[in-house]
Amino acid sequence: MSDATFWIVTIGLGIGTFLIRFSFLGLMGGRDLPDWALLHLKYVGAAVFPALITPLVLWPDATGGVTDPVRLIAAGAAFVAGMRVSVIAAIVAGMGTLYVLEALRGLL
Amino acid sequence: MTPRQAFWRGYRDCAPFILIVVPYSLMFGVVARDAGLDVLQAMSMSVLVIAGASQFTALTLLQDHAPVFVALFAALAVNLRMAMYSAALVPHVGHAPLGIRALMAYLMVDQAFAVAVRTYEDNPDMPQGVKVAYYFGCMMLICPFWYGCTLIGALVGQSIPDSFQLDFAVPVCFIALTAPLLRSLPHVVTALVAIIGAVVFAGLPWSLGIITAALFAMIAGAQTEVFLRRRGAAP
Repeated sequence: MSDATFWIVTIGLGIGTFLIRFSFLGLMGGRDLPDWALLHLKYVGAAVFPALITPLVLWPDATGGVTDPVRLIAAGAAFVAGMRVSVIAAIVAGMGTLYVLEALRGLL
Repeated sequence: MTPRQAFWRGYRDCAPFILIVVPYSLMFGVVARDAGLDVLQAMSMSVLVIAGASQFTALTLLQDHAPVFVALFAALAVNLRMAMYSAALVPHVGHAPLGIRALMAYLMVDQAFAVAVRTYEDNPDMPQGVKVAYYFGCMMLICPFWYGCTLIGALVGQSIPDSFQLDFAVPVCFIALTAPLLRSLPHVVTALVAIIGAVVFAGLPWSLGIITAALFAMIAGAQTEVFLRRRGAAP
């Protein structure tokens, strides 16, 4: 890629990303949102994160998009540890399960 | 809680995510050098954008010689979810001065957003100023690590072995963010609809499947809450 291409994309992405992040905070700041909006906005996190996770777990780039049972199990382990214990436990359980199962797969 | 205490509490509450941010930003530094960027370019991208997934998207497409505007818009589409974060933060920190809100927007990252909103909902009596301080505490931990480890990755430039499976750190991080958010039936319904939606709309271009699934999921969560409230069983 040329330097010019890189800088156009990087500066454009920087400005565009800032405008996306600033959008509602910038325009709606200082105003009270209507009740229907507040009702829906409570669920942004619970809606966006699972939607992001699902394709990454079901069709990982690392396997060329083929569903990998090891990754499904590791994702499940991370989720259970996250629900029952803590954030750190979720990260350790998710990556740990993946490493252990990959090592086992290597042995078989 | 004073704003100062809130700042440091945010700092501590976000600490676990350093486990993810460090390897991920190191990897970005390494990949950027592999793609032919110099150290200044790699750093510029991390400082101007601070959004890993979109940075990787832009780099990959540029390397594949995609047209400039395709690379730019695909990467921006990855970040569209943050418009929803921006909206979700309005009820909590929307009364801060414009300059502060602009700084908050620049620093907005997934991990800190999830941690901050969860704390706000657990502590509805938090005053506005304390919420703002807490937000900056969350972000001030993540962002310096993001910059610093991009720099280290770009300088060291050694490829991280594939056996570390760092690509999987991203979904694991988001799972760790999601689990504590599923605190009531409407939240669980939201997550289930989001998962189904992500599968159904997987074919949409520009990552729009994720946004579409999330919008349906929010409506499902809100409707579940209304339904439960009508039945007199407040969630």
